[in-house]
Amino acid sequence: MAISLTVNGKKRQVEGDPAKPLLWVLREDFDLVGTKFGCGAGLCGACTVHVDGQAVRSCQTLLGDVKGAAITTIEGAAATDVGKRIAASWIAQDVPQCGYCQAGQIMSATALLSQTPKPTDEDIDAAMMGNLCRCSTYVRIRAAIKAAAA
Amino acid sequence: MSAANLSRRGFITASLIAGGGLLFDLAVPMALAADGSPVILNAFIRILPDNRVIIGAKNAEIGQGAKTMLPMLIAEELDVDWAQVSIEQTHADAKIFGGQSAGGSRTTPREWLPTRQAGAAARAMLVAAAAAQWGVAAGTLTTASGKVTDPKTGKSVPYAALAVAAAKLSPPDPATLTLKDPASFRIIGQSIGGVDTPAIVAGKPLFGIDFKLPNMLYAVLETCPAFGGTFKSANLDAVRALPGIAHVLTIKGDGTPESGFDGVAILAKSWWTANLARETLKVAWDDSAVTNFSTQGYAAQAATRAQGKADADITRTGDIDAAFASAGKVVTADYSYPFLAHATLEPQNCTALFKDGAIEIWAPTQNPESGRALVAKALNLPPEKIRINFTRIGGGFGRRLMNDYMVQAALVAAQVPGVPVKLLFTRADDMRRDFYRPAGWHGFRAALDKSGALTAFHDHFITFGKDGKPVRSAELSPGELPAGLLDNVLLEQSFLATNMPTGWLRAPGSNALAFVYQAFLDEVAAAAGKDLPTLMLELLSKTAQVSQGANRPPFVTARAKGVIEKALAMGGWANRKALPKGQGKGFAFYYSHAGYFAEVLEVAVADGVPKVKTVWVAGDVGSHIINPINALHQVQGSVIEGLGQALAGQVITQVAGAIEQANFDTHPLQRIPDTPTIHVDFVKTDYSPTGLGEPALPPVIPALVNAIHAATGKRIRSLPVTTEMLA
Ligand code: FES
Ligand code: FES
Repeated sequence: MAISLTVNGKKRQVEGDPAKPLLWVLREDFDLVGTKFGCGAGLCGACTVHVDGQAVRSCQTLLGDVKGAAITTIEGAAATDVGKRIAASWIAQDVPQCGYCQAGQIMSATALLSQTPKPTDEDIDAAMMGNLCRCSTYVRIRAAIKAAAA
Repeated sequence: MSAANLSRRGFITASLIAGGGLLFDLAVPMALAADGSPVILNAFIRILPDNRVIIGAKNAEIGQGAKTMLPMLIAEELDVDWAQVSIEQTHADAKIFGGQSAGGSRTTPREWLPTRQAGAAARAMLVAAAAAQWGVAAGTLTTASGKVTDPKTGKSVPYAALAVAAAKLSPPDPATLTLKDPASFRIIGQSIGGVDTPAIVAGKPLFGIDFKLPNMLYAVLETCPAFGGTFKSANLDAVRALPGIAHVLTIKGDGTPESGFDGVAILAKSWWTANLARETLKVAWDDSAVTNFSTQGYAAQAATRAQGKADADITRTGDIDAAFASAGKVVTADYSYPFLAHATLEPQNCTALFKDGAIEIWAPTQNPESGRALVAKALNLPPEKIRINFTRIGGGFGRRLMNDYMVQAALVAAQVPGVPVKLLFTRADDMRRDFYRPAGWHGFRAALDKSGALTAFHDHFITFGKDGKPVRSAELSPGELPAGLLDNVLLEQSFLATNMPTGWLRAPGSNALAFVYQAFLDEVAAAAGKDLPTLMLELLSKTAQVSQGANRPPFVTARAKGVIEKALAMGGWANRKALPKGQGKGFAFYYSHAGYFAEVLEVAVADGVPKVKTVWVAGDVGSHIINPINALHQVQGSVIEGLGQALAGQVITQVAGAIEQANFDTHPLQRIPDTPTIHVDFVKTDYSPTGLGEPALPPVIPALVNAIHAATGKRIRSLPVTTEMLA
């Protein structure tokens, strides 16, 4: 079955099982491997993308559920003003350590700032709580979000 | 092109590159191998016609920052601006590059001298070329920003313009090489962000999991849930019949976890398709020899063994029995901790292509050469038929010092010649096929004399082992402090049998031993009517050095005192009693991986839930902090990781030989709200710099439990900390 959706502003069509998680559609069918596989169970946030502006876990989102939706992945995240500020802030604070979780962190942070331009510590905790960082870069994640909001 | 002896086996070549520019291949003897032969470091430096400089980064990058730090050392001595420099990852070959593993915080001490010498040698040849051109003595010329300048005439020439002349010169005699005076360092000591940071932020394909080849197949691998079980039979044809499945095949392990056990591999164009097929796969394993192992069983055995005689003496000094017989007070306590998984966020994976009797591998590995040896054995290939390429690594923590996934990918790829295969673990595979931090039990006794001085110390450490020897990462060093700091010490070990593969988890050994030793000594100090830092400073004042065995630097008590005093001042230790009820400060000191770390931690405990507010860290890793921003990040990460081991609920348990936990719900990590304020400061001492990936982790756990005791009066003697313990 052909399913159409928009990915990073481009119309795309994919022939595939509607039960295939969006994560694997992005990585395997669209060759967008910036979105990461960490747990496959909605527990780590490494696979976070935006679906119609909302941060979602793409490992828990089925292809069949995003028919016609607009998807933004890390590869397209810097297209918006907020995305640009987050990316610049992430580089300025040198947030990544191994870097593996960072695509997910950035997608969650971008969604947060788009909805809450001046987040408090509690807002940051609530929005970023689902994104694990095994390297524990949390000090800089918080600082980078604040710097991007300023 | 020219080459000459740099010393016994070192050499330098400088050659022109097609299209212009100069390539330096600098082979510097960096150390002696176990057989006494010199280990050679090859550094590659390319100077392009536009005077940009490309430096080869030779080490595995797991987020520890080596890919940035080692080129910084070269760029410093080459005397170029960091802005001119680009970094290129090399492939893995110890014969060419010397040590490339990332483990044991050993990169910095190993590379500090030879890597700078490589940069200095290249600089010397460029200066010599300019001197010859201008007819002046090399010693009269200066360099900066990739240019040679004659201060007398004001003439200056970019390195790139010296390429042709430098390529014709004889390399310098190493005896004439002078390294920079540290006072003139321009790159070492500057904070430089990770070289891959912009690419990571842009979501570029850097990691092993991202690497793709045309016509690549993905593989998933089913293995026996109980470690060591062997393959009997499976419904392979039923799985082959599923849509989208390319191959279903079996691989044979050699019975060791290092090479991976028997498995059934399913290959498909899509990993998701291959993994889904596991629901259909039914395998019969012979696990009869390994199903009797369980966490409950270990605990019961440990309790029994604690009553009996130990298997092995590690350290026995003085007269332990007499010291306890004459003690004014004896303090005893039992401590324990669980198995832990590494849980790197990027699951284990490896890509392999077998073709024409050779194999090429793309692996996120911390230790490529051990992988090469295992693959050579498993495929019966000469090592030179194995090429290993590094990818960026989504977290190491010691997991990827093991190469089981590499061997397994190679075994699968060898059965489909010409077809590239990427083996990728699910999270459950990853958590259930780890090399775990071993659990341990410690029975402690300490003797105090009438004046409250510590006179004897005894640890009966029950751990896992075979034939009277500990398993990997269950060792106890004879120099484990307070051994060496008092007269009567008995450290001994007993060993339980297990089928669990064990391995090195960040600050191996130390991450557990710091907890039990420093928490128990906090109890001892309290029994003597003092605090732990006072006890530690007393013990440290007795001697200048404690040997840590051959080939390891001795423990220097003055360095320990330096960081302890610094941490106490930073953390306001003197005023700790002013904290309100339910809050407290704890202290711990630990020495590991040649690094000295003292930490003070403030915690608030409410309704049985500890919340860490602030951690003050003082560390001594020698004379220089090469890249301060990365140093800070390593310490932040170590502190939060240590807190996670104590507070997040991490524990790996085993039933009938198999692991129970499968994902982050049952083996959780710290999350952002758990992040304390972390203050870090370094005491610089006159010692060669050492590594920072690990030594800041161990002391945070005892600092935490000692703070919990200060806040609540409750002793935490086993991990993880639970609300029941604090109720
Ligand atoms: S991979 Fe989707 S939440 Fe972990
Ligand atoms: S940077 Fe390594 S997991 Fe976050």
